[in-house]
Amino acid sequence: MSLIDSPATELLQLLKSAEVTAVEVTQAYLDQIARYDGRVKSFLSVGSERALEQAATIDQRRGRGEPLGELAGLPVAVKDVLCTDGWVTSCGSKMLADFVPPYDATVIARLKAADAILIGKTNMDEFAMGGSTENSAFFPTTNPWDVSCTPGGSSGGAAACVAASMAPLSIGSDTGGSIRQPAGFCGVTGLKPTYGRVSRYGLIAFASSLDQVGPLASTAEDAALLLRTIAGHDPLDSTSAPVDQPDYLANIDQPLDGLRLGLVREHFGPGLDDEVGAAVGQAIKEFESRGARVQEISLPHSKYAIATYYVIAPCEASSNLARYDGVHYGYRTDEAAMLADLAEERKQLAAAGDEAGLANLDSPLMRLYRLSRSEGFGPEVKRRIMLGAYALSAGYKDAYYVKALKVRRLIRNDYDAAFRDVDLIVGPTTPTVAFGLGEMVDDPLAMYLQDLYTVSANLAGIAGISVPCGMTSTGLPVGLQLQAPPFQEERLLRAAHMFQQATDWHTKRPTLAAETP
Amino acid sequence: MTNTAYETIIGLEVHVQLQTNTKLFCRCSTSFGAEPNTQTCPVCIGMPGSLPVMNRQAYALGLKTAVALNCQIPEFTKWDRKQYFYPDLPKGYQISQFDLPMSEHGWLEISDPKGAFETKKIGITRAHLEDDAGKSMHDEAAGRSDSRIDLNRTGTPLLEIVSDPDLRSADEARAYLSELKLLLTYLGVSDCNMQEGSLRVDANINLHIAQGERTAATPIVEVKNMNSFRAVERALRFEANRQFESWQANPVELGSPGGHKTTRGWDDQMQITRIQREKEESSDYRYFPDPDLLPVTATEADVASVRGALGELPAALRVTLAKKYGIDAYDADVLVNQGRPLVAYFEELAAACDDGRRASNWVQQDVLRLLNEMDATIDQFPVTAAALGELLKFIAAGDIDNTRAKDVLQEMIDAQSSAAEAMAKLGIEKVDASDLESLCRELLAANPAVVADLKEGKMKAVGALIGQAKKQNPNVNPAQIKSICIELVKQL
Repeated sequence: MSLIDSPATELLQLLKSAEVTAVEVTQAYLDQIARYDGRVKSFLSVGSERALEQAATIDQRRGRGEPLGELAGLPVAVKDVLCTDGWVTSCGSKMLADFVPPYDATVIARLKAADAILIGKTNMDEFAMGGSTENSAFFPTTNPWDVSCTPGGSSGGAAACVAASMAPLSIGSDTGGSIRQPAGFCGVTGLKPTYGRVSRYGLIAFASSLDQVGPLASTAEDAALLLRTIAGHDPLDSTSAPVDQPDYLANIDQPLDGLRLGLVREHFGPGLDDEVGAAVGQAIKEFESRGARVQEISLPHSKYAIATYYVIAPCEASSNLARYDGVHYGYRTDEAAMLADLAEERKQLAAAGDEAGLANLDSPLMRLYRLSRSEGFGPEVKRRIMLGAYALSAGYKDAYYVKALKVRRLIRNDYDAAFRDVDLIVGPTTPTVAFGLGEMVDDPLAMYLQDLYTVSANLAGIAGISVPCGMTSTGLPVGLQLQAPPFQEERLLRAAHMFQQATDWHTKRPTLAAETP
Repeated sequence: MTNTAYETIIGLEVHVQLQTNTKLFCRCSTSFGAEPNTQTCPVCIGMPGSLPVMNRQAYALGLKTAVALNCQIPEFTKWDRKQYFYPDLPKGYQISQFDLPMSEHGWLEISDPKGAFETKKIGITRAHLEDDAGKSMHDEAAGRSDSRIDLNRTGTPLLEIVSDPDLRSADEARAYLSELKLLLTYLGVSDCNMQEGSLRVDANINLHIAQGERTAATPIVEVKNMNSFRAVERALRFEANRQFESWQANPVELGSPGGHKTTRGWDDQMQITRIQREKEESSDYRYFPDPDLLPVTATEADVASVRGALGELPAALRVTLAKKYGIDAYDADVLVNQGRPLVAYFEELAAACDDGRRASNWVQQDVLRLLNEMDATIDQFPVTAAALGELLKFIAAGDIDNTRAKDVLQEMIDAQSSAAEAMAKLGIEKVDASDLESLCRELLAANPAVVADLKEGKMKAVGALIGQAKKQNPNVNPAQIKSICIELVKQL
């Protein structure tokens, strides 16, 4: 097995036993990136030089017998939504195209402390808003299984780079399904932890009450490895939970006896693709054959989940994105041109004797805001800012935002009730497999429905994972979603691992054509 | 001009900077006067991905104040985002409290010892915490429109204390502010320095004008930019007159077309208010709970423990001092209004000389005068309460009169000596009673006209004898000379 096809847990053993060096591992992935990322376009920036330097340092330290971090020498790709000290963090937006944070996100700091090698920053939908990575201000990422398809999103680059063996481990973020959906589309394992499990400090906020950072990897075991490093209470994030941190790897090999699986009636209704349904059905049989008991459950308010999500997330986003105003950092419109335009407009209004027009003419500050934000944000971001600002405005707030909060509570109550009867909830990650690039760009509502099975977990704050469970006739991966009660990631990972012990979907990798020079 | 009666309705919004070492949601320093933008971090300048973490000390100071203002403290309070765009607000929102503030429904009692108004309780609508914005500095000199922003202040903890519209005059408003500032000073929650912006006042004012059976209300005006209590008083006086004149010229009522709320700024140079915001901008702040922060809970036990640790506050202290030391309410007021350290000095002095009234008089007439001359605070006063108490005891014993005692006090300050040492240096010694009597006899014998006057009951005549006595012996006590002479004349 070549280095790039080995799971991270195995690579780590090879590194520890000095059978391979960190430089060799890093170089192997950098070579893979050089060869194929021209087509996949999963990275916004690759830190080859600094990654190799860091790898060399780790090899030296290992040679001297110094203690090393738990991920020492393993390359990790990071979604460009996490702030990296001294390294451009664009969040997929023109607004932050040149933004260099002077600090590390807590997750990044933990990866560094674990001696992981930050290999690159991955592409994403602008400000994590989207489900195809086509909303990236820079370029769309393609699906390594079929480059005419999207990898999903918003963590499209994070999923695609693992699928294309350009990184053994990758960090994504999930606000409504942004880890699980691209993991499903790209045939990799992606975990959205419980809200509060992983620090959000330094995660550029989309919707603060829904955002959660999580791992993407080839296997559940690898995801557990990465989660162990990034999870845990952080005093810099008031919403990070002060709860005990289990060792997710310690018991992962122990099968869950008598596992009770809940099948959500509402997740097998209209809109579910037949092939997806069949693959998920097969996967459930697999669990049953290993002693799991499956029962149908109902999440009656799940039908309101999309509507609820598309009120709450834009409301928070409209507020979180107010800071990008061209004043302190980030994109600013061409001031000289702006002032010249204003002067010209004033002149014309004065010449026309238009008193009202003159009175309503923007101040330079107002025009600076207007243009900087108009030019710096893409259409989907603007759409959500407008949705959110509207839903929070006087006269509408109670009907939209406040009502959505109440429904959110009911959705959580549904889960609490369901988890009294079952240990995990199982179903498809998405209604369909990866769709074609450009297929949905003009239909935002169809795009929003991609989140049908995933948003509820964010609204309820629970944990969810997507693992590959099949292939369509067209050769695209199908994702199986498992959901667990809050802070039961260990159970979730054990169940996913149990499934991966019995199946080989997670070992399948696309055949990529190298870029023709 | 008709002589219409009107009532002035005033409510005040006071922003108090809480005296914490660090900001409300990050660990940057709150100290005043540093180089611009040197006390900032990713959190307070709103960099992407940064998150706020509440400063428990700020909450504790806010809670202390709210309890002292007799507010109800709900068990549960939360943070909300107040959203608006401004360059000195880098997050695009202020973290404040909207529908569940940390305290509500309190009161502060105000009174005027001179009787300008009746003692009354002013309702406190609410007191809530929020983070401060930065400072914009506009340089609009000669064709330039250069604005600079200092974010050092951004994130400094503020307590916004909103009064009910219970104030009825500029005098009452001033008294409310003085009492509030005194309370905050006693609590040690703020330095209340208006020049440095630690205490800021906005006022809402309108008039209720009797129109036969009904009352008409003038449009509410919010007055800003008042940089001292005196400015508040003057601005409110000006604004009440302006509104009345405006009403007489053009009677527009609150709520009628053109009767919307406006904002005016106080121009201290011109002593007038000027319009700042003409249009009623229905400012929609799109408040919603800040998802980055957890709600804060305060149990009854928490509140009780805060209440128990408040110490004696000004209103109670005035009553205590008057009762304990037998001094007038007016004197107790003067002492208490000087602050806790001066009250402590007074109490120590009263104990040392065992005479509350004498101690009160000396503190008010001499200590305060000297502090004023020295431009010092009581803790810098060179004479300890014990040392001054010794001097006051000499007075009580009749060893020295008040006038000479003032010279002694000055000598104590100049030579940093005790009362006894200063008296010795000034050659003051007690005059023997028999010496005094023989001196008086001599004086009466030498001044038959004075004796005649005294016999006729013209007691003032004795003054001439006192002057002569002091000439012969500067240590004599005028009061004793007076009483001895009168006694001797009676015996004649």
